[in-house]
Amino acid sequence: MWSLILRDIRLALRSGGGFVLTLAFFLIVIMIVPFGVGADLGLLSRIAPGILWIGALLSCLLSLDRIFQLDWEDGTLEALATSPIPLSGIATAKATAHWLTTGLPITLASLPLGYLLNLNHNSYFLLLTSLAIGTPALSFIGTFGAALTVGVKRGGLLLSLLILPLYIPTLMLGAQSMSVGTNNPIELLALIAAISFMCIALLPFACAIALRANLK
Amino acid sequence: MSLWEYANPAKFMALSARILPALAITSSCLLLIGLLWGFFFTPADYKQGSTVKIIFLHVPTALMAINAWLMMLAASLIWLIRRHHVSALAAKAAAPIGITMTLIAIATGAIWGKPMWGTYWAWDPRLTSFMILLVFYFGYLALWEAIEDKDTAADLTSILCIVGSVFALLSRYAVNFWSQGLHQGASLSLDKEQHVDNAFYFPLLVCIAGMVLLFVTLVLIRTRTEIRLRRLLTLRLRNS
Repeated sequence: MWSLILRDIRLALRSGGGFVLTLAFFLIVIMIVPFGVGADLGLLSRIAPGILWIGALLSCLLSLDRIFQLDWEDGTLEALATSPIPLSGIATAKATAHWLTTGLPITLASLPLGYLLNLNHNSYFLLLTSLAIGTPALSFIGTFGAALTVGVKRGGLLLSLLILPLYIPTLMLGAQSMSVGTNNPIELLALIAAISFMCIALLPFACAIALRANLK
Repeated sequence: MSLWEYANPAKFMALSARILPALAITSSCLLLIGLLWGFFFTPADYKQGSTVKIIFLHVPTALMAINAWLMMLAASLIWLIRRHHVSALAAKAAAPIGITMTLIAIATGAIWGKPMWGTYWAWDPRLTSFMILLVFYFGYLALWEAIEDKDTAADLTSILCIVGSVFALLSRYAVNFWSQGLHQGASLSLDKEQHVDNAFYFPLLVCIAGMVLLFVTLVLIRTRTEIRLRRLLTLRLRNS
């Protein structure tokens, strides 16, 4: 399993792997918001938590179809399915590699981008924590979506339609934890962590069922 | 005689053909009585005037919008566990009806919300949950359409339905942290204290019963259509 994670990370880091693309996309999403709503620092500061979370969500979505698609096309996935590692283990490894190459960089990149959006000074710690504990959920849910649509040609749009509704609870809690009116962010962070743990514990099995149905 | 016998499409077709007319007549009679009773023979509310009468359409459709998803969840589980073919097709058949019920519930709610809350739409937890439910229905149907092999599609949509149910439930409670409510509390509950008045309660029950039967009728009709479509496909493959 470690070798599978390392292989996926190496593939993502090399050219065309999408690692840099994801970060560049995150930057662009954050950048176009002031173009759309105006450069009023007060307004930007108010909407910054939501924009950063939506940006993280969309950047995560962008790299999802890479998780299984290439392995599916060249037959690696079938070879992996016959290996001694159970399919749920493969899904866990894939999701972990996806988080290490998208969720983690997005979390770190959110700090300077938060400064660009004039995020409230007290919110940086919450931004970092909420993204750090929320992005694993995004990666695992995304891996589930990728497993569902791996057999569909040009399934990118379908993938977004399936996955974005599943992202709603994490997004709502994540963005809410930083908003000014919330007096108890720890409670919300605990709920985000609960969603992440649930996704890590259960979704690999759903992924395995979906992959098995697709490989049949 | 057990439920599992109707995994055989031929038996299902025979049984559903026999009970469909009775179901259709009962459900239309109940809906007709319930709606007429509700619209014309109940007093106007002292605060809301006659606009309150839209609950005879709003509450039953909203209930069925959620129950249709629950029925799909049960049917998906049955398909995954027992490989009950009719069950997978019934889940598919229920989705468009669920969408229609959700849309009617949102529309009647908006029409009623304008005079009462002064707005057609607000990002209230209940309203938002229905919007989210609608998106879940769309995703579910889109996945059915996207996959060619029918059994694979049934497998994948079933697992999506199960995972989706968990996240739909999570969203339902996460929105409470996100927005303050505008919607009133439950109109019906087993606790007598919170009920709407009896004058509204009985016609509402008739409407709900009618809507449940209407849902069953429509699901049966659509499942029969799906089975026939499947037969046509097989015949065409055999001939070509």
